[in-house]
Amino acid sequence: MSWAGWLRLIVVTGAVLLLEVLCRAGVIAKTVLPAPSVMAGDLYRLLASGAASADIGETLGNVAMAVIASILLGFVAGVAIHAMPRVRRALDPFLATYYAVPFFVFYPVLIVIFGLGAAPIVVIGTLFGVVAMLINTLNGLDRIPRVLLKTARVHGMDPVRTALMVKLPSAAPFLFTGAKLAIAYCFIGVIAAEFIMSSSGIGYSIAYAFNNFDNARMYALMLFIIVLVTVLNAVLFTWERRIMQRRRR
Amino acid sequence: MKANVAAKRDLHEEAGANPAPAVHAELKGVSRIYGVPGQGGVHALGPVDLTLRQGEFFSVVGPSGCGKSTLLDVLSGLSVPTEGSVSFEGKPVAGKVPDGVGVVFQEDATFPWLTVWDNIAFGLRRAGVDPAEIERRVDYAVGFVGLKDFAKAYPVQLSGGMRQRVCIARTLVMRPRLILLDEPFGALDAQTRLIMGDELLKLWRETGATVMLITHALDEAAMLSDRIGVMSSRPGRIIEEIETGWSRERDSRIASEDSFGQITARLWRLLREESLKAAGLAGGGS
Ligand SMILES: Nc1ncnc2c1ncn2[C@@H]1O[C@H](COP(=O)(O)OP(=O)(O)O)[C@@H](O)[C@H]1O
Ligand SMILES: [Mg+2]
Repeated sequence: MSWAGWLRLIVVTGAVLLLEVLCRAGVIAKTVLPAPSVMAGDLYRLLASGAASADIGETLGNVAMAVIASILLGFVAGVAIHAMPRVRRALDPFLATYYAVPFFVFYPVLIVIFGLGAAPIVVIGTLFGVVAMLINTLNGLDRIPRVLLKTARVHGMDPVRTALMVKLPSAAPFLFTGAKLAIAYCFIGVIAAEFIMSSSGIGYSIAYAFNNFDNARMYALMLFIIVLVTVLNAVLFTWERRIMQRRRR
Repeated sequence: MKANVAAKRDLHEEAGANPAPAVHAELKGVSRIYGVPGQGGVHALGPVDLTLRQGEFFSVVGPSGCGKSTLLDVLSGLSVPTEGSVSFEGKPVAGKVPDGVGVVFQEDATFPWLTVWDNIAFGLRRAGVDPAEIERRVDYAVGFVGLKDFAKAYPVQLSGGMRQRVCIARTLVMRPRLILLDEPFGALDAQTRLIMGDELLKLWRETGATVMLITHALDEAAMLSDRIGVMSSRPGRIIEEIETGWSRERDSRIASEDSFGQITARLWRLLREESLKAAGLAGGGS
C-alpha cells in the first residue's frame, strides 16, 4: 500500500477508535450515538435476524433499476446530443446547472403521476444519475482524437465499425467515470426519495426508526449504507485506476 | 498503364529499365478552401499541380501553416478538394482513401487501448487477412521498427518516437503502394531522426513503394529524396521542384557530399522568403 493509503487507513481507524473511547467514557451519551462496536453488533444482529432483508432488497432493486436507466438513457442521450451541435449549444446551460435543481420539490407531482410504489423512487434516482452519465458521454466523445478517426478512414472503416472499434474504446474511460458517478448519485437519489415518499426500503426504515426513537436500528442501517457505498466505490475506483493506468498519456 | 500497376510493384527490380517512370498519383489544379469561400473561408492550398512518379521518394517542404497537411489529406482522399482533381493509379480519388494508400500522421495516432502488437495488426484484422499471415507480417514489422521487446507494451509506456514507429509499422504491414508521411519525425531528436531517416530509406527500397514525405527539416528532405517540392506560404503552391540525383542505395552518409550542401542551401534560400511571408514579415531584406 502507498504512503497515502496507510495515512488514510490510520486516519479512519483513529477516528473510529476515538469515537469508541468517547462513547464508552460517556462523553457522548448512548441516546445520541452508540459506540461503533455496539453499532456493528446491532447491524450484525439485524442482518442475521433477516428483519431488514426485505427493505435492503427493495432499495438495492430500486438502485439497480435507476442505475441501469441512468446509464442507458445518459449514454443514448449523450450520443444523440453530441451528433447535434446546435441542440447541444441550446442545452448546455441546462446541463451545466442541472445539479442545482432540488428535484425533491417535484415529489408531489411524481406521486400523482406514478402513484406510491417503486416507480417514483426509481424516477428520482434516475433523475440524479442520468445527467452525470450524459455529461461524461459528451466529454468522452469530445476527446476522441481526430487523428484516430482519420486512421479509421484510412483503413476504410464504415461509421458503425468506427463507432464500435475506435470511438467506443477511445471514450471508454469517460463512460466508466460516468457510470461510476451515476451509481453514486442513484444511491443518493433512491435513499433520499425513500425517506420522504415511500413506505418501504432502507431510507424509509431509517426515517421510521428515527421517528420511533429506535436508535439501535437507525444507526445499524446507517452503518450498513455507509459500508456498502464505500466498498462499492473503492472497487469501482480501483478498477477505474487500473483501466486508466494502461491508457492515459 | 492503369491495369498493370499492381503487377509492376512486384517487378520493381526491373522497373529501373523502364525509361519513362509511370505516373503513380496526380493532382491537377487542386485547391482546398476551409469554410465558405469569400465569407471568412481559409484558402489553405493551391492551386497545385503535382505528379508523383511510380516508386520515387518525394518530399514536400514549406513554411508552417502553408497547407502541407492539407495537401496530404487531399491526396489521400481524406479531404475533398474544393477545386481540381486527384487521381491514384489512374483512378479518381473522391472522398475515400483508395486501397494501396497508407498514411502516417503528424500526431500520435496509436490506439491507447491496444498493445503495440495489436496496434500494428489493426489494419490487417479490419481487412480480414488470414491470422497466420497477420502473425507473420506483424512479427516482421515489429522487428523492423525495433520494437520486439515492446510488442506487449501499451503506447503509454513508449516514448513519442517509439509510438511514431508503431504507426509506421501499422502502415507498412498493409503493404501500401503509396506511403504518405506527415512530419513523422517532428518530435524526435536529431540523432534519432537520422536513424529513422535511414530506416525509412530501407523500407522504401525493400517495398518499392512510392513515398511522399512532408517535413520541415530541409536537410532531411535533401538527404532522403529523389525529388523535393518546395511550397509557398499559404495558400500553398509548389513553387519549385528539385531533383537530387541520388542513387537508390543512398543513406545518411550522403550528407557529407558537396551536392548535399548545395541542395540544402538552395532549399533554404527558397524557403527563407516564404517563411518570412508566413510570419507576416514579407520583404524582410536579403
Ligand atoms: N479543418 C480546418 N478548418 C479550417 N482551417 C484549417 C483546417 N485545417 C487546417 N486549416 C488551416 O489551413 C492552413 C494550412 O494548414 P495545414 O495544412 O495544417 O498546414 P501545415 O501542415 O503546412 O502546417 C492553416 O492556416 C490552418 O489553420
Ligand atoms: Mg501539418
